[in-house]
Amino acid sequence: MADAEAQPSQSRDLDKLLLRPGHLVGANFEPGQDLRDDLAQYAKVLVVGAGGLGCELLKDLALSGFKNLEVIDMDRIEVTNLNRQFLFRLEDVGKPKAEVAAKRVMERVSGVSIKPHYCRIEDKEIDFYSDFNIIVLGLDSIEARSYINSVACSFLEYDSDDNPREETFKPMVDGGTEGFKGHARVIVPGVTPCFECTIWLFPPQVKFPLCTLAETPRTAAHCIEYAHLIKWDEVHSGKSFDPDDPKHMKWVYDEAVKRAELFGIPGVTYSLTQGVVKNIIPAIASTNAIISAACALETLKITSGCSKTLSNYLTYNGVEGLHTKVTEFVRDKDCLVCGPGVLIELETSVTLQKFIDLLEEHPKLLLSKASVTHQGNNLYMQAPPVLEEMTRSNLSLPLFELMGKTAKSALHVTGTTTKNDKKTSVLRKLRVVFKGVDGVTDMDTAGGA
Amino acid sequence: MIRLFKVKEKQRELAGNANGGVPTKKQTAGELRLHKDISELNLPKSCVMSFPNGKDDLMNFEVSIRPDDGYYLGGTFMFSFQVSPIYPHEAPKVKCKTKLYHPNIDLEGNVCLNILREDWKPVLNINTIIYGLYHLFTEPNSEDPLNHDAAAVLRDNPKMFEANVRRAMAGGYVGQTFFQRCL
Repeated sequence: MADAEAQPSQSRDLDKLLLRPGHLVGANFEPGQDLRDDLAQYAKVLVVGAGGLGCELLKDLALSGFKNLEVIDMDRIEVTNLNRQFLFRLEDVGKPKAEVAAKRVMERVSGVSIKPHYCRIEDKEIDFYSDFNIIVLGLDSIEARSYINSVACSFLEYDSDDNPREETFKPMVDGGTEGFKGHARVIVPGVTPCFECTIWLFPPQVKFPLCTLAETPRTAAHCIEYAHLIKWDEVHSGKSFDPDDPKHMKWVYDEAVKRAELFGIPGVTYSLTQGVVKNIIPAIASTNAIISAACALETLKITSGCSKTLSNYLTYNGVEGLHTKVTEFVRDKDCLVCGPGVLIELETSVTLQKFIDLLEEHPKLLLSKASVTHQGNNLYMQAPPVLEEMTRSNLSLPLFELMGKTAKSALHVTGTTTKNDKKTSVLRKLRVVFKGVDGVTDMDTAGGA
Repeated sequence: MIRLFKVKEKQRELAGNANGGVPTKKQTAGELRLHKDISELNLPKSCVMSFPNGKDDLMNFEVSIRPDDGYYLGGTFMFSFQVSPIYPHEAPKVKCKTKLYHPNIDLEGNVCLNILREDWKPVLNINTIIYGLYHLFTEPNSEDPLNHDAAAVLRDNPKMFEANVRRAMAGGYVGQTFFQRCL
């Protein structure tokens, strides 16, 4: 035992999954050394976030045989991170999380290469994301998830029968934790629901009425929010509040204490102030470890096919005892982000006005009074009057030009349609293909091995 | 999946990026929903919208309201709207840019309107917010005050409230505070 070579023992457990056939394996599973070596050589995984989930993910993925990892995080290490973001030490406080995390894991796992990116996810070009086979998310906000989701779904293409093309899939594994609760989900754009398809799952955020804060506070949180939202502007009008500046936070805390004393409300502490203002929920290491383990496992399964994938949403609740459940959510066919949209083929000479007229007659749309937007450019707006004036001149221009002369692109239109004799307003996604433009290959023969 | 990756690598080496359909600018689902809300706006003549950043930035705009009824008849009041990328999950941030004497709007421009905070639902839209704001002028109420003095006067002495409002709109002092003319 003492003479066992270091090399084989590192992948001993992985070998059990990858070198042998099994009953619960995925559809195209081909056990063997090639699979294990290909995993190390070809699979490129991006970990988004190097915090509570990110640290665990990097460790888990590196030890699962992935050798090409990259990690992106825009934050620096803080003291409060140290209870669970175990790759960081006290002397690392102030350094970029992505860089320290990458360095530490590379020191401990031989052969793995982790490239850190200390920047915001929005700062990267879309090309950056297209390089990866799988994107694993360890994020902490709806906004960030929504952004990455739209990036991954933008790679998805459909054939002329509205079926998603497998070679354009960009799978994501998304994890999230909050105290004793967490979730892990698999998102394969075109197959499973994307993040937007199920965004209605989120409950509305807790917001106190401003007048309660101003007149009748009852809780410590009311006092803190009063100081944060109302008193700050009264005293520092113009200067914006920075939640990361300890002086600002101290000011809010002191004001909250004064108000609490005035109304006889107990419970205002500095840490509660930080929690309310920054929307922090205390984080614990075990939840993060559980959820990232689930995510790392899914990543391994998707890439190798060594077992059936989670389908598709796991929730974990450890508040009382331990409860997990997997739910299979279904896609929203009309999802604006991952849906196919309605396929429309046009000549390059068609003007925007002609296009808007066509929409009224199109059998799948029957859309009247359409407003058109393309990748953030509002091509034509029916209302309000000021925007209608600003966009009126586009009506006589060819749509092909207005859409940047690309052969295929997604477009969104809003307007009114009549359904069951009732007029409703709708927002639809369209897949526009211009005929006869270079690069438009016959969609059914593209790809395939 | 690995086979798929190897194939993709080879394809990429051979063909370069043949698609050309990968967008360079990201448009969030929030922007699309906002586009829908704005393109179907049905505002009364007393409400006028403007887009300081041009037609392609719908996330930041201004609405000016000229009530044609009630205490604030004849005044023009400007509101700024800031819509978040996760709209409609989050309500737009609305502030009043005109300093005015109103029980539900304080001197910093914070607006106490329930649908902007605790009663916001994703099924609401920009139209409902603007109507809600308009309603604040036609029916100010002393129940949810941000400006306690104004609320007290409205409750106890409506005639004096009316006079204060007129003086503030015409440009003048109410108590210690000076208001610029907004008629």
